[in-house]
Amino acid sequence: MTTNIVEIDQLSFGYKGRLLHQGINMVFPRGKVVAIMGGSGSGKTTLLRLIGGQIKPSKGEVRVAGEVVHQQDRDGIYKLRRKMGMLFQHGALFTDLSVFDNVAFPMRELTDLPESMIRDLVLMKLNAVGLRGAHQFMPTELSGGMARRVALARAIALDPEIIMYDEPFAGLDPISMGVICGLIRSLNDALGATSIIVSHDVKETFLIADYVYFVADGVVAAEGTPNDLMQSTLPFVHQFVHGEKDGPVPFHYPAANYQSELLSQQVD
Amino acid sequence: MMQSNLLTIIANKLRGVGHRMIERTWRLGVGARLFGLAIVYSGESFKRFNLTLREIYFTGVMSLLIIVVSAFFVGMVLALQGYNTLQKYGSSEAIGVLVALALVRELGPVVTALLFAGRAGTAITAEIGLMKATEQLSAMEMMAVNPIARVIAPRFWAGVISMPILATIFSMVGILGGYLVAVPLIGVDDGAFWSQMQANVDFRLDIVNGLIKSLVFGVACTMIALFEGFDAPPTAEGVSRATTRTVVISSLTVLALDFVLTSFMMVV
Repeated sequence: MTTNIVEIDQLSFGYKGRLLHQGINMVFPRGKVVAIMGGSGSGKTTLLRLIGGQIKPSKGEVRVAGEVVHQQDRDGIYKLRRKMGMLFQHGALFTDLSVFDNVAFPMRELTDLPESMIRDLVLMKLNAVGLRGAHQFMPTELSGGMARRVALARAIALDPEIIMYDEPFAGLDPISMGVICGLIRSLNDALGATSIIVSHDVKETFLIADYVYFVADGVVAAEGTPNDLMQSTLPFVHQFVHGEKDGPVPFHYPAANYQSELLSQQVD
Repeated sequence: MMQSNLLTIIANKLRGVGHRMIERTWRLGVGARLFGLAIVYSGESFKRFNLTLREIYFTGVMSLLIIVVSAFFVGMVLALQGYNTLQKYGSSEAIGVLVALALVRELGPVVTALLFAGRAGTAITAEIGLMKATEQLSAMEMMAVNPIARVIAPRFWAGVISMPILATIFSMVGILGGYLVAVPLIGVDDGAFWSQMQANVDFRLDIVNGLIKSLVFGVACTMIALFEGFDAPPTAEGVSRATTRTVVISSLTVLALDFVLTSFMMVV
């Protein structure tokens, strides 16, 4: 058994002539919570999709449990995905199914477990995220935070080895954010899984991550423990973790000269 | 100078036409591939036929009201118009044959397909499009559940099974509507209405051919609706445009296919 459950090696990926990643190297050790951070559009979510085998890299490779993801056929990819659980940014709950049926979905689709056992497992998973009492609700009846927790229960339905979180804190109120934050850490430790969090919420991510990668301009701009990065003097990291409005990432999008544009008759 | 500008404009127009042609050919290819995959993964979805049954309820049973009401009025109008013409030639007793043949051979399959595209086709496109926009299809993929087998194939077969049944119901209700206008209202002989119909409607040439048409329309309408939903850009505007395209493309395809099928049936 390798120490790292996911390894990204010299990965490059691009589309429509634009190179999003250029030679990225990352490792995700078993049992750890590892965060990938970076500004909007830096390709963080794309990295999750590359790990999940939804897209193929232009160069380099992603290995999950020692297997190169993009070299797998459909069955191979599905076999690898059974080791993974993913929490999508807005939950991606199936709107025609109740909370109970959403959590039961992977069990019914991928296992031959009897319905009585599925019932017990679903209730246990929902209990773990504190929503056993909401099992009969439809997704439209849930708040954003509750939907995220149900999606988390669904992501851990089959006790995955890797749990991926795509912006788990986005758009949540402080209480829900705290709840999700605590759940990510406690579920990771309880299941002995490896968590990969893609986020740009510094405070919450630093609270639970063991290791953090910063992605900028298609490369890993910085990496280290949350403590290392808080102390970092790298201009980009400093601007990002302290939320400064100007720095290496400029406040203004590149534009023509302000004065001459105001005086001209038309917008270019 | 002017000549060069003109040439540039013409070149740009031609480039635009070429671009649109390539895009449409590409979409046709993607649609054909989706159709092929729906067939390939049908076996997987047939193993759980309850999924298809559920979709038959949503596409077929829920379309019944609009089909029955429309058929009733179409049958009544046919009888009124038919009687008006037939009585000039002293053959008003043939009204039953006219109504039955018009419905079984043409109006039943065609109007049912047009109504199906408007009622069930748009619902399918909007549902699949929204599932894509809210990442439900991606979530399914990441759970190692094939969306083609789980979502597309059951809906495809539901449409294919529902359409001939709906067309048959349309023809039956239409004939009933025609009967109510021709016999109790206008006073055509009851026995002549039914006996002429029995004598002149051929099972293979009229009824079976009508059923073949509705089966082909079922494949076309359902596949167009599924493809448009599956291919829709994941935005509100994208889904709305895809829904409109479903109605327009399905209607035109049904009318064109009707001509082709009728020509072949006449020859054979």
